[in-house]
Amino acid sequence: MLILDAISWILDPAHWDSVNYQAGIREELLAHLWVTLVSVVIVAAIALPVGLYIGHTGKGRRVAIAAANVVRAVPTFGLLSLLFILIGIGVGPGLLVFVLLGVPPLLAGAYAGLEAIDRQTIDAARAMGHTEWQILFRVELPLAAPLILGGLRSTVLQVIASVTLVSNFGINSLGDFILGGLASRDYVQVVAGSVLVTALALLVDALLALLERAAVPRGVSRGDGRTTARGRRVRTAPTGTPIAEGN
Amino acid sequence: MSIEFRHVRKTYPDGTTAVEDFSITIPSHSTTVFVGSSGCGKTTLLRMINRMVDPSAGQILIDDEDVSGIEPVALRRRIGYVMQNSGLLPHRSVIDNVATVPVLTGTPKAKARQDALGLLDRVGLDRSLANRYPGQLSGGQQQRVGVARGLAADPNILLMDEPFGAVDPIVREELQQELLRLQREIGKTTVFVTHDIDEAFLLGSQVVILERGGRIAQTGSPQEILANPASDFVAEFIGAKRGKRRLTAEERGSGDDVLLVDAGGYPAGLISAPEGRITLAGTGPLSRSISNKTDQAGDA
Amino acid sequence: MAWVLSHLGDLWTLTLAHVGLSVPAIVLGFVVSVPLGYAASRSRIARAVLFTVGNILYTIPGLALLVLVPVALGIPILNPINVVIALAIYAIAIMVRSAADAFASVDADVRQSATAQGFSAVQRFWRVELPLAGPVLLAGIRVVSVSTIALATIGALVGIPSLGSFFTDAYQRAFPTEAVVGIVLVLVLAAVFDVLLTAVGRLLMPWNRRSSALGARVSAVAVPAHAGGR
Repeated sequence: MLILDAISWILDPAHWDSVNYQAGIREELLAHLWVTLVSVVIVAAIALPVGLYIGHTGKGRRVAIAAANVVRAVPTFGLLSLLFILIGIGVGPGLLVFVLLGVPPLLAGAYAGLEAIDRQTIDAARAMGHTEWQILFRVELPLAAPLILGGLRSTVLQVIASVTLVSNFGINSLGDFILGGLASRDYVQVVAGSVLVTALALLVDALLALLERAAVPRGVSRGDGRTTARGRRVRTAPTGTPIAEGN
Repeated sequence: MSIEFRHVRKTYPDGTTAVEDFSITIPSHSTTVFVGSSGCGKTTLLRMINRMVDPSAGQILIDDEDVSGIEPVALRRRIGYVMQNSGLLPHRSVIDNVATVPVLTGTPKAKARQDALGLLDRVGLDRSLANRYPGQLSGGQQQRVGVARGLAADPNILLMDEPFGAVDPIVREELQQELLRLQREIGKTTVFVTHDIDEAFLLGSQVVILERGGRIAQTGSPQEILANPASDFVAEFIGAKRGKRRLTAEERGSGDDVLLVDAGGYPAGLISAPEGRITLAGTGPLSRSISNKTDQAGDA
Repeated sequence: MAWVLSHLGDLWTLTLAHVGLSVPAIVLGFVVSVPLGYAASRSRIARAVLFTVGNILYTIPGLALLVLVPVALGIPILNPINVVIALAIYAIAIMVRSAADAFASVDADVRQSATAQGFSAVQRFWRVELPLAGPVLLAGIRVVSVSTIALATIGALVGIPSLGSFFTDAYQRAFPTEAVVGIVLVLVLAAVFDVLLTAVGRLLMPWNRRSSALGARVSAVAVPAHAGGR
């Protein structure tokens, strides 16, 4: 069974070391993680401030949505190919693409998170005498945190998947096993590579999911309570509305 | 702390005029109620006091100082504000919610929390609720927390925007009574907004009835307005012409009470008439002539 | 430009191949997601299970899925069916959530009044709930369509012809024009599909003139924002 062969391939310690020009699992895995991390940090540096600005002030929302729609339509692989041809292989163009594709989910998470907050809560905070910055940091961010982290989760997955594709372009990643294996018809390696990158993605996603759940402030509804409508009316409580018991 | 509106006007960028030309003096240490139907600008006027809304023209003065010259954040920390859905911060406990403004102005957290506990007592809440979150409280409890929060910084002015609108009638009545009690104890300058004329008459020492565009239909004490509605609009609004406020007395047969019935024939209340005599408070000509009449009724 | 004109035949063939991969996936995605999404909207358990499974499947990077699907099904990797199935899996993973939201957005009062008037459950589904969920479903399918068309390019990496073939070829020849053409074609195809879907939506739901505004707003929130070419 191919899958069993693949698993034993992965478990073989020899495959974890780099031999001659063939990078081992350890090297590819670390490279993959490193590129992902750098990309996500850059994405956060761009998308968080912009997203928070859009969410807090309400301006630029249309542009953000339009941009997100366009980015969604662009084939990752195509953009990678183009940039690598134009600029040359190396981490630079790759990062450019990863960041470009990774910004929309986090951006959307940031402004959606802020928008989901009950306007009354923010109005009350302002009326009590919070400055605008205090409102952002003491009220909006805590309440928007779950959705922002949800956006981060999407971004990270997007980047992990994109990094898998750059095997032919001079960046080490777990995708090397898949594409390299295809080239050399070593199907065990191909499947092994797929299993590895899948496991990585699932693990990272699970961790971020836990983080997302932990970020929900005590006493608050998540604000996405619309999806079950079992005969009784489910009030869509915006994030940050205390759902009073018995009301 | 008295508040004065001078020729205040508010127009929005889309052209709608919420307030045309509003002038009034709000005396200190009493409750003034702005009452009117939706769209009359009452909430807009209230929110001009703590600069949540700025007027397009005119001035608002607190103790003769123009609020436009006061920094908004500092102003808001000095004014208590209670809104309709309590507006509590859902991710903070009840006690932290109450202590919000003192903490903002620099009071050490421990002291602020201690003071907040005292306020919970004041508004009739059990101290055990202090560490709960707003989402775990009933609507009425949340509103009480909102009032406590408004009082926390010991402001001289308290603004209340339909604070009891979202709770059921029984709870509303309790809260109204609490507020009356608080007013007697503390005596802050309170501006209260409502669309319910009965609530206005209950809570206000000065009632301001508003029409569209913030036009004042009548100002005065509840007694003055009820006794002398200034226009048809006011009369209609307070229901003077409607059956509910036009009462006639009916004999009940046995017993000492006289039944008051409204124009629709529904019982509205009872007047006690021991030995067939209705005593009218006051010493005007009417009281004397009614006393005479009931003497006759008592004879029969 | 000259290159485009001299290769019109290839452009057409690969576009068709691309459509041949995308359309079945989108259709399959829609057809499977609607009942699953309905179930998710009506039952907490169904929702938890479906969303979790969908999440896991969606988390798998595209290239890996293209390999794992044939392994799981016992088909050779170099079969176009794999791409269709992988694309369909993504489509379903995205669309189930959207469909669940769509059905949940139907006002409970409307459903109850329909039942009270005497609709059977089946009639109520077809005549009340499905039409009312329509706009959100449409928004969802539009997102799925765009994502699928972008994602189908990855098939080229495993040797399945699609518009992605332009990218592999362009890189081998260091010929940027070809890559640009490929990207443009993908975008155009996505736009065409979007227009078609909107038109179909307008045809089937004439009562919903505001569908574009609603769709834009809903697709930004109700559908996972990260549904993109992966």
